[in-house]
Amino acid sequence: MSVALPAGAVSAHLNRKARWRPIEIVFWLAIVALIFAVPSRALLINEILLAGLFALSLDLVLGYAGIVSLGQAAFFGVGAYGAGILANAGLTEPILGLVIASLIAGALGLATAPLLLRGSDLTRLMVTLGISLLLGEVANANAWATGGTDGLSIALKPVLGLFPIDFNGQRNAALYSLIVLFILFMVARRLVQSPFGLSIHAIRENRLRSGALGVSASARLVAIYGIAAAYAGAAGALVAQTTGLVSLDVFDFHRSADVLLMLIIGGVGYLYGGLIGAAFFIALRDGVSSATPEYWEFWIGLPLVVLVLVGRDRIGAFFAKAIATRGASLIGGGAA
Amino acid sequence: MSAPALETRGLARRFGGLVATEDVSMRLERGARHALIGPNGAGKTTLVNLLTGTLKPSSGVVLLDGDDVTGLSQHSRVRRGLARTFQINQLFANLTPAESLCLAVGERLGHGRRWRAAAGRDAAVVAEVEDLIARFGLADVMDLKTRTLAYGKQRLLEIALALACRPRVLLLDEPAAGVPDDERADILAALAALPAEVTIMLIEHDMDLVFSFARRISVLVAGRVLMEGDPKEVAVDPRVREVYLGEGRND
Repeated sequence: MSVALPAGAVSAHLNRKARWRPIEIVFWLAIVALIFAVPSRALLINEILLAGLFALSLDLVLGYAGIVSLGQAAFFGVGAYGAGILANAGLTEPILGLVIASLIAGALGLATAPLLLRGSDLTRLMVTLGISLLLGEVANANAWATGGTDGLSIALKPVLGLFPIDFNGQRNAALYSLIVLFILFMVARRLVQSPFGLSIHAIRENRLRSGALGVSASARLVAIYGIAAAYAGAAGALVAQTTGLVSLDVFDFHRSADVLLMLIIGGVGYLYGGLIGAAFFIALRDGVSSATPEYWEFWIGLPLVVLVLVGRDRIGAFFAKAIATRGASLIGGGAA
Repeated sequence: MSAPALETRGLARRFGGLVATEDVSMRLERGARHALIGPNGAGKTTLVNLLTGTLKPSSGVVLLDGDDVTGLSQHSRVRRGLARTFQINQLFANLTPAESLCLAVGERLGHGRRWRAAAGRDAAVVAEVEDLIARFGLADVMDLKTRTLAYGKQRLLEIALALACRPRVLLLDEPAAGVPDDERADILAALAALPAEVTIMLIEHDMDLVFSFARRISVLVAGRVLMEGDPKEVAVDPRVREVYLGEGRND
């Protein structure tokens, strides 16, 4: 009945996702090339990278841990205001400010995670949404620190004392964001393939069985939620640092909703999904809103409805088939 | 004399007015092959849930190697060597058998908080996963998603996962339930090959399996232990024939 197991087959199977595939290396190099090739669009690229980082944070929560959230903006906002307030208090070193702001957001994630362990998905949607509303109002009411409705405007030292990331350094800002995104992406990539990541996946698949194997679901979910909160905080802090502005809209509901859309467009439970979704969403918004400034949301909504109803797999398969037939006919035409 | 591997004293569980388990006291010596039988609704599943910690008893205690574990959570009991399989498959549909076993072995070794290296980088874990895959005949399906596996293979994985916890006490909840005849032999062989030092409690409806596997049998009826004895004693007991075997012959 049993088939012999080739030596190393199990280890190769278990490590299959750990190896870097050529397409991944091309992906990252293409972003670097893009920043240098079109410096005039550095601001837009920066926005995409940071939205991608934000979507990555939601993917850790939703895609890997299976916790639905409509309030990821809470941590994004804390990161943004953290970076802004630190800078105005005299801590104008960007990297240190980024690290501290992210850790504050992470700590807030750890503190609020126990609220998400009980109840249904609907409870979690309401709790996460409620927390972001609460924090938005806290920021509004404490104008002495946050500037209230006026927001904060911040000035930072150059990164490493060499590269200014203010309005005159948009390319530097995009590269700074890219490097942080890349480091955090690498960490997330390790994380989801590690024994810890495997247990998070197992909890999502079957909490009853993972408990029967000795996994304490609560502790693991609190940990991943805290990590994801720090990621969202880093995205918020980078937005504050690279635009020089923080305003109350960092806590807005639309931020949480947009990042969910990006993740759904790009693919949930797949680390590149958030980055691809962010690029698609923001590029589409940028393109459509300059073509039809009044009705651009229609053209965001339409592909979204199609995507969800038809399914990403089928759309992907359609294009793959179209490319394959076209390719074949081109080759056939060439031979004839 | 050493403490029994698993013992219950006066275990009871009530759901409102319904008594699901009442005054169950049993002892399983180390290496026991003990079967728990009883008609539908006798409270077998409730008893398993009380033993594993999924349910808390209304009264009574559960002892593992002489230690009172009544207040411990399910995952703490697993760490103390109490593992189970499920009557209805509880597997990880989108993980492969190799990944599922890697998780189970890693958790037992306390690797669950490690995050810096891929799960398959630990040679000791991989060796153990390979061993389990070979022992349970899962080599040809080890890299397929679990949901695509034949039912018999899923039942084997169910047992393999529990064994990956290196339990001292293993609760098998109807391991052969629903397995088609041509895949049954694999399950029976896997059960026969379980390590002798592991204490096993088998919850089963299939009398052939019970009488070939068990050296002691407890009969549960309406939440109470009706009798306990060796297979011969149980087979000739008139009360058992009445409530259980007699019923079985009618269908």
